[in-house]
Amino acid sequence: MAEEKSNAEAYWKANLRLITGCLIVWALVSYGFAILLRPMLAGIPVGGTDLGFWFAQQGSILTFIGLIFFYAWKMNRLDKQYGLGE
Amino acid sequence: MSQFAINVLFVGASFALYIGIAIWAKAGSTKDFYVAGGGVHPVTNGMAIGADWMSAASFISMAGLIAAGGYANSTFLMGWTGGYVLLAMLLAPYLRKFGKFTVPEFIGDRFYSRTARMVAVVCLIVASVTYVIGQMAGAGVAFSRFLEVDATTGLIIAAIVVFFYSVLGGMKGITYTQVAQYIVLIIAYTIPAVFISLQLTDNPIPALGLFSDHTASGEPLLSKLNEVVTALGFNSYTGMVDNKLNMVLFTLSLMIGTAGLPHVIMRFFTVPKVADARWSAGWALVFIGLLYLTAPAVASMARLNLMTTIYPDMAGQVENYDAAAADSIAYADRPNWIRTWEETGLITFEDKNNDGKIQFYNPSADFSDRGWKGNELTVNNDILVLANPEIANLPGWVIGLIAAGGLAAALSTAAGLLLAISSAISHDLIKGALNPHITEKGELLAARISMSVAIVVATYLGANPPGFAAQVVALAFGIAAASLFPVLMMGIFSKRVNNKGAIAGMLSGLLFTLVYIFVYKGWFFIPGTNNLADTPANWVLGISPLSIGAVGAIINFAVAYIVSNASEQPPQEIQDLVESVRYPKGAGGAVDH
Repeated sequence: MAEEKSNAEAYWKANLRLITGCLIVWALVSYGFAILLRPMLAGIPVGGTDLGFWFAQQGSILTFIGLIFFYAWKMNRLDKQYGLGE
Repeated sequence: MSQFAINVLFVGASFALYIGIAIWAKAGSTKDFYVAGGGVHPVTNGMAIGADWMSAASFISMAGLIAAGGYANSTFLMGWTGGYVLLAMLLAPYLRKFGKFTVPEFIGDRFYSRTARMVAVVCLIVASVTYVIGQMAGAGVAFSRFLEVDATTGLIIAAIVVFFYSVLGGMKGITYTQVAQYIVLIIAYTIPAVFISLQLTDNPIPALGLFSDHTASGEPLLSKLNEVVTALGFNSYTGMVDNKLNMVLFTLSLMIGTAGLPHVIMRFFTVPKVADARWSAGWALVFIGLLYLTAPAVASMARLNLMTTIYPDMAGQVENYDAAAADSIAYADRPNWIRTWEETGLITFEDKNNDGKIQFYNPSADFSDRGWKGNELTVNNDILVLANPEIANLPGWVIGLIAAGGLAAALSTAAGLLLAISSAISHDLIKGALNPHITEKGELLAARISMSVAIVVATYLGANPPGFAAQVVALAFGIAAASLFPVLMMGIFSKRVNNKGAIAGMLSGLLFTLVYIFVYKGWFFIPGTNNLADTPANWVLGISPLSIGAVGAIINFAVAYIVSNASEQPPQEIQDLVESVRYPKGAGGAVDH
């Protein structure tokens, strides 16, 4: 019982770590590169404008798609590893 | 064949397709009728979520706003996609494990309080009705153009179609109808974009064309666009934005609103497995991304086409923009698409300097040195996507296709929202509180009445919408962000938040956000009742009413946390419930409901 509980706790902690990591990337590409840090990326030209503009209009969306699939894949492994899947 | 006949043919054929699929799927399985997505592969489900999610705001309105605002309106692109990351990681899998049907039901059970459930019902209704207003505004624009009637008549026709479509019932619940709607809307959006991208940049992929060279001038497309718009006194298309705080808050508000919108969350209650909730969110974003990566290309290309239609000398290599600006087209020679849109009242012209030519420029810029006495052409942002094929001289069938796509987007989302509203009223409010012994027939009747009332209210307010379709929808997101998302998230990630905290949090988030919006947009969106003019100078710290949802959400989190810590712990069985929601193991089948 106690072992089961600590296993579940470890699973939840691993999940929280994974979520934190993904959300840092999520915030970095959208609020970071596309808005607040755009002036710093202004020197990198992309098709008539700069990298920050690309992140605002396309780059962040592509990153979001990648993040969700990475999370889903990683969680499936965690589910199996901790024996908590369906 | 006249354009009118082609439009009717395309719209009619697409409707026949949806109804045909509905009848076929109904005959195939009655279970599928209720459990949208039960036993459906995550890819298929993702496509259905895409159709449910992408509304008139995404299809008709968004590219027009990006075209008008340029970089500043990238917020819509990031906000409406970034929310899926939150949904996939913070809500969807756990709500699926919990295994109930409506959002208020989860809140009522997790916070062991009927009051909490009722407050959630109110939040849901306010957010969803606001959202439907945006849909009605968008669908009204589409109908008025394609049936060649004025905007108000278009709106009333839209209301009647939405009424039959939703109250007919079931249509919405069938995953395959939505898959068909997704396919219609993505084809309708992409085909004209491909043509236009080829015309302007020789690149058949619009998303790449956006960053390619403009064929006629040899410069990058975006540089060319910047030169043209700044020559007419507009802000640079790709330029930076001074008010970064507002831009961040607006994006955040759209993101957490996306994750808090009940009609989207409902889709995840019914996927077969917890893991499928995660995959479905990913696939949904892939299918949404197909439109959202094309939208910024449509926006910039349509803006350039619009400008070079009025100022033909600006189309190629330009040595002197002042000279090119002097040679705009004469009003008498205006293209047909301007004439047809003038009939809807969504394009208006007034020859202020009586030179017979059209001067179209930033109304707040001063070009008296060019002999201009004010901007003469007013173009409603919401028409840009619909008018796009006409502006680019594409064949008539492309225009018919756009009509079918725009209506698919507006109707599928309106139906989904009305279903969320009616289930909250019949299931949560009436069955859950007022009259638990209501018959199934009575529940259905209540659902239909509440749908009808919502349509009437939304149509009335849609006649004078508090903004363009996408902006009205953005208000709905702010409301969902401030009221529902924080308590849903805390309900899963904190065992400490109790009934008192949740109720206080939802109420303070909702009231704060609504009051801020109403002060600028009019009380209950009734035109003329606003206390302050809706201009940046009046906004507190430069935060627009569209962005305030993010602040409301922070208030909701803070109030819930403080109130909960000042009062007792939730009972042990609730803490066990939270624990169980966190692990996929032991999730039952999708609920039949």
